[in-house]
Amino acid sequence: MKILVCIKQVPDSAQIRVHPVTNTIMRQGVPTIINPYDLFSLEEALRLRDKFGGEVTVLTMGPPMASESLRKALAIGADRAVLLTDRFFAGSDTLATTYALAQAIRKIEQTFGKQDIVFTGKQTIDGDTAQVGPGIAKRLGLLQLTYISKIAECDPDKGEVVVERRAEGGVQVLKTAMPCLITMIEGSNDVRRGALGDTLRAARAEIVTWSARDAEIEDLTKCGLKGSPTIVKKVFAPAPRSEKAAFIEPGKNAAESADALIAAIFTRHPALEADMTKLASGL
Amino acid sequence: MSATPPPPARANAKKELPEHFRDYKHVWVFIEAERGDVHPVSWELLGEGRKLADKLGVELASVVLGEPGEATKAAAAESFSYGADVAYLVEHPALADYRNESYAKAVTQLVNTHKPEILLLGATNLGRDLAGSVATTLLTGLTADCTELAVDADGSLAATRPTFGGSLLCTIYTLNYRPQMATIRPRVMAMPARDADRTGRIVPFTPDLAEDEIITKLLRFVPDRDSNKSNLAFADVVVAGGMGLQSAENFQLVKNLASVLGAEFGCSRPLVQKGWISSDRQIGQTGKTIRPKLYIAAGISGAIQHRVGVEGADCIVAINTDKNAPIFDFAHVGIVTDAIRLLPALTEAFRQRLSPHQRDRLAG
Repeated sequence: MKILVCIKQVPDSAQIRVHPVTNTIMRQGVPTIINPYDLFSLEEALRLRDKFGGEVTVLTMGPPMASESLRKALAIGADRAVLLTDRFFAGSDTLATTYALAQAIRKIEQTFGKQDIVFTGKQTIDGDTAQVGPGIAKRLGLLQLTYISKIAECDPDKGEVVVERRAEGGVQVLKTAMPCLITMIEGSNDVRRGALGDTLRAARAEIVTWSARDAEIEDLTKCGLKGSPTIVKKVFAPAPRSEKAAFIEPGKNAAESADALIAAIFTRHPALEADMTKLASGL
Repeated sequence: MSATPPPPARANAKKELPEHFRDYKHVWVFIEAERGDVHPVSWELLGEGRKLADKLGVELASVVLGEPGEATKAAAAESFSYGADVAYLVEHPALADYRNESYAKAVTQLVNTHKPEILLLGATNLGRDLAGSVATTLLTGLTADCTELAVDADGSLAATRPTFGGSLLCTIYTLNYRPQMATIRPRVMAMPARDADRTGRIVPFTPDLAEDEIITKLLRFVPDRDSNKSNLAFADVVVAGGMGLQSAENFQLVKNLASVLGAEFGCSRPLVQKGWISSDRQIGQTGKTIRPKLYIAAGISGAIQHRVGVEGADCIVAINTDKNAPIFDFAHVGIVTDAIRLLPALTEAFRQRLSPHQRDRLAG
């Protein structure tokens, strides 16, 4: 099987700070990571390769430094890495991003062979849109399977897959055909640590680096800001709340603290106690 | 979404709507119905859509897809009670259960035929799966996971959404393409009052679909066991835990308190990313938005991504060892202490305080 996994290098959200005056993200010193949701898709791709043979290619679009994330993906076990990088892609919204990625995937298929499955993360932790996967699927005419919790069956010879998909109030069991695009949900598998051999290989591996021209992306009006139907009109920090929290002094022990906290809650919201008494007794 | 703030030149881009988009009119809301149940977010969006339509002086339409039959027609009729003037009733056997192929085709055909200027969907798994396909097919803009919608002076949809995990908010326009599409998180917009006497116009639409051309088949649907089903979004009391709990085992302390309170339990995003807790329990921008009377956050630092999911709570109680944690900026009551030590005591204290038996004895 040939499997492609799209990943994104993102700032570690836990460490993001916003500049108080300019309202811009302070990137200096913020470590970058592979978008955590992508790892579940990468792991699933590696499992399919380990079971059926074949190869896993990872693809990312981003600045040259995004090659670090590709190298990490190689160290986890991917076989090949492709970096799509060009200033023409700067400022892409989801529609422009999926145009560039879909073109790059076409080029990957010309160069390295037809892909049976394309994986993306469920969403990223910086943009949070969950729209790039569906956009790529539509542009490449791939059957779309989002929010997958399990690949129950996969038959590369027949080109069939059966998956479990998280839906409202339950799980859909869907049967479809390859080629398809899959996004895995978090917790669907345990992401492996790379083997020592993979780590050594990753350090030396060549990362295939393509510009827009290399990827044969000819229509640059569909890329970057020019190719984005949405525009960001205003960026601002959430309004701070005027009122600060009322701090409760911790007591001598946990029990005293608990009593003080409960007293503070019910003093502030007298009606809560009656409501909660009913709720606690299951009424 | 772009991860890079755009240069000012772009932000000042002029609206030049091409001629062929000028007859795109009216506000549409996609009604999410699965197995006969309409997702409440659809009614919330009708409430919000009503405001946008009134401001624009246009009609509000609901878009109802499903298999031919009573349930689908009932959803269309019900949409009038929540504010729709028109209901597009799209019935076809291939629409019995949600599948991306059939739903994306039907919605795209409906848009191309009846041409809305605004199309809103819930930011649920279904809505996000569908919206991305439809927007890409139509090559129009889509603003995902919005928390606020408005119409500006020239009639453009101003869609505001958190970005960078909620550290910043940005307002996004789709200036020169139609429809302007947005997905909106459940429980962000208020539920409108239901008016059973309101009526409207049904517009039937037959999509060009054939089951044998749809490759993906639904083999079966496995409903969640009721006991395990999260009712977070609608709970009156919610207890949640974060990384301050330090281990998956300690999360039991949160569940114990929730159990004594008859509350729902939830968690912050890192616990889901670590695989400790299932994603249907996640509270925040990428999880559930909650509006309880009381919210207790134990060991949660309160990144903005979490904040946007809980701000609607009447009373937010924060327990954290770090007195500078952002959660104290929006909590109403805070205590600087270790949640792992406080939670068992708090559970016991609430158990005594809220027990009717205990109260009777004290009163007697």
